[in-house]
Amino acid sequence: MEKANKMMYRLQELQFAALELILFLDTHPYDQHIQHQISQIENQITLLIPKVEKYYGPLTYDDFARENPLRWIEEPWPWEIANY
Amino acid sequence: MWIYEKKLERPIRIDRPDLRMAKFLITQYGGPDGELSAALRYLNQRYTMPDKRAQALLTDIGTEELGHLEMIATMVYNLVKDATPEQMKLAGLGAQFAEHNHALFYTDANGNPWTASYIQAKGDPITDLVEDIAAEEKARSTYQNLIQLTDDQGLIDTLKFLREREVVHSQRFREALYLVRADQNKLVNQQENQQSREIFQDTSFTPTEILE
Repeated sequence: MEKANKMMYRLQELQFAALELILFLDTHPYDQHIQHQISQIENQITLLIPKVEKYYGPLTYDDFARENPLRWIEEPWPWEIANY
Repeated sequence: MWIYEKKLERPIRIDRPDLRMAKFLITQYGGPDGELSAALRYLNQRYTMPDKRAQALLTDIGTEELGHLEMIATMVYNLVKDATPEQMKLAGLGAQFAEHNHALFYTDANGNPWTASYIQAKGDPITDLVEDIAAEEKARSTYQNLIQLTDDQGLIDTLKFLREREVVHSQRFREALYLVRADQNKLVNQQENQQSREIFQDTSFTPTEILE
């Protein structure tokens, strides 16, 4: 599970980095360096999502969710975090 | 159209229940400078924002604020979920329990329900963007105050992250304001240039009349 946690954390890091750059591109749409960075990050995200979904169930209601409708329902929701 | 992602923007660690902190944190859920106000303010201002870049920014930041709303809800829910009515009463959450049991509700730290009068939309790009910058700064101050109200490192980490996001959003809105202003100045200059061209090309004016 620790490996899964690490992958989820990595995905959150990558998606956060992408979001940060997307906001930047909103006001700097011609910055090619940032466009290039985003596409690199997006590639990593695309590769990582199926690995994370294997452990956590579907993250969005996509093809994987349509094949595993029970896991969309039964895997914990984001506010059901393991704690004390 | 929005697509839900079944994860938080950033992981949240809750080490122990803390009802008093939950009572303060709820203001970032349904208070004047909270995430609900932020999301609804930006997503609602989009429709009349004339600048395309500012439209994109309001959409993307408004969407991120919905993610922050979920983070605040996750914190409050987990800080309170196992509390007994007696514990809630002792922590000043007796009224909260009477009205909502363990459910979350959009209120500020004093229990005042969320109201649309917290937000504004004037249909003027300068006015709306200045309001958005002010809103981000007010949210940043609120997070700063909340950080000073707890010694729980897990909560502090999350609150610092959210405070930092307000700084970044404020920066992006400042850029949008600059872009809108630059465009408006360009428009004004064009009009002035046009007027002077018309005056100088109009041969019915004598030079003395122009100077007057």
